[in-house]
Amino acid sequence: MTLPLFFFYVFATITVASAFMVISARNPVHAVLFLILAFVNAAGLFMLAGAEFLALLLIVVYVGAVAVLFLFVVMMLDVDFAEMKSGLLAYAPVGMVVGAILFLELLLVAGSFVVAPDVVGAGGLPIDATMDNTRALGQVLYTRYIFLFQGAAAVLLVAMIGAIVLTLRHRPGIKRQSTAAQLGRKPSETVRNVKVQSGQGL
Amino acid sequence: MGLEIGLGHYLTVAAILFTLGVFGIFINRKNIIVILMSVELILLAVNLNFVAFSAHLNDLQGQVFALMILTVAAAEAAIGLAILVIFYRNRGSIAVEDVNMMKG
Repeated sequence: MTLPLFFFYVFATITVASAFMVISARNPVHAVLFLILAFVNAAGLFMLAGAEFLALLLIVVYVGAVAVLFLFVVMMLDVDFAEMKSGLLAYAPVGMVVGAILFLELLLVAGSFVVAPDVVGAGGLPIDATMDNTRALGQVLYTRYIFLFQGAAAVLLVAMIGAIVLTLRHRPGIKRQSTAAQLGRKPSETVRNVKVQSGQGL
Repeated sequence: MGLEIGLGHYLTVAAILFTLGVFGIFINRKNIIVILMSVELILLAVNLNFVAFSAHLNDLQGQVFALMILTVAAAEAAIGLAILVIFYRNRGSIAVEDVNMMKG
């Protein structure tokens, strides 16, 4: 067994095992942590396939942002997860049937897939072996796929604004600073001169 | 399966991941967070297929497309979790069975 194949099996086994733990873990915090493990090992698989930039991006984006977002939401919502587990497996038979059919079909595709020999390397963007992966991606991303790239940026912008708009709320009855009101105060509204009679007080 | 990592290796791993994601959606009917995580697993399986074909066909386009999928998956997670947070704020629960406000 060659060294890359050995590492492939290591990464693949851990990825699949932790993906199984994601869907079967009792505690959602554990599920998020197993999701992180699955993504890190999938990044190893990407690395083995020669997609170094995507592998590191997977770690930065998923482990650094998405998984932490999940963890944050899981911990912020005060949900009784123990109560949630009752009747967990009610839909398991249906899921088992659908999953088995899907898996068999996918395995049929994966097992019998043949690529015509003249198709290999005939695509529009052959990989230059002398150039590292990040540079090669950057050179097409900012030129040939610039509209696709900006479209992705627009998707992220819309997602960001959408998430803010959805979760922002104005609670009534909370004291807030109003800079305009502060700056707009006049002496006539705030200061009162009172003529105090001596010996009487206010 | 020979001594080299072939296309079939990657396709098999991606198929298992995809199936686990679909299965996770079915069995976790009470917890939307785990359903969102299953969707992330499914997208990861699709990405793995794209990268495997990119390597096998010696074509960079698969990696460009995988990058776009990564973007959409991140946006989907952000929006999904935002909806989850406001749903929890309104109903005090994140169970799938409680999502019936639009039922006539």
